Amino acid sequence: MTFTPLTIGWLGVLGLVGVALYGLLAVRNLIKLIIALQILVKAAMLALILGGEASHQVDLSQSLAATVIVADTVVAVIGLALAVQIKRYLGSLDIRDLSNLRG
Amino acid sequence: MVRALLLALAIVFAIQALRTNRLLPSTLWLAGLSAMVSILFYQLGARQVAVIELSVGAGLVTVLFVFAISVAGDEALSARPLIPTLVAIGLPVAAIVLLGVLALSLSPAASPAAEPGFTVALWGQRGLDLIVQIVLIFAGVLGLVGLLSEGKAPLDRSMAEEVIAQRDRDLRAIQQRVENSQKERTLS
Repeated sequence: MTFTPLTIGWLGVLGLVGVALYGLLAVRNLIKLIIALQILVKAAMLALILGGEASHQVDLSQSLAATVIVADTVVAVIGLALAVQIKRYLGSLDIRDLSNLRG
Repeated sequence: MVRALLLALAIVFAIQALRTNRLLPSTLWLAGLSAMVSILFYQLGARQVAVIELSVGAGLVTVLFVFAISVAGDEALSARPLIPTLVAIGLPVAAIVLLGVLALSLSPAASPAAEPGFTVALWGQRGLDLIVQIVLIFAGVLGLVGLLSEGKAPLDRSMAEEVIAQRDRDLRAIQQRVENSQKERTLS
């Protein structure tokens, strides 16, 4: 396999996806889960821009990445607000404590 | 070479963001990752998105995380994962192998397509995306306000009666203070 700049980019994206997926599976802190989600979205954005570079359509990929940035920020905001409320009601950020919710 | 270095740094920052026990350093590693990704965007020719990523990803989102950590507290949990370590490592490895087979088999387009330009691509071709973005921002703001609003106990009486009762309580407290000061004066 020859290591062209595009291949190096894809390998970097795969590395970021792997780290983020491990974080989503293994981490127990709610805020850290949102951080893992952020890493995953950054890998997806990088893949979009790399795809744009490979197909010579960087501007189109930029407009898609801008949408992803907005959606990602809203997800982070809602996720953090939920984490703060869970901390207020349960006194912990551990996701194991969420299984004790009633109702 | 520069791209490989930036990607290696980005992966190291991502690992550190998840490996650190405390939340605040973790957030700062995430901001570093955002900065690396935005430099990569700039290097790939996506200059507008690079600026947006640097200001939103490394700036706004970091501030939001720091705010949430200051409210929720920086509690350090043990690093022991919920699921077996073998599964936690095996599943991501399987996912990136499958993704790698798909992604690495792609070859770059031979002939450059005619590019309309970022402004035309965003405002002309992706108009629906912009409407979705506006709706998302409104939904985000409304969700944030709803989630962070303090819950108050329902009033027993009507609002006017509550205000009158509060005013009476304040008046009684003032009268009590005046009587106390008069007593002290007569004693002295």
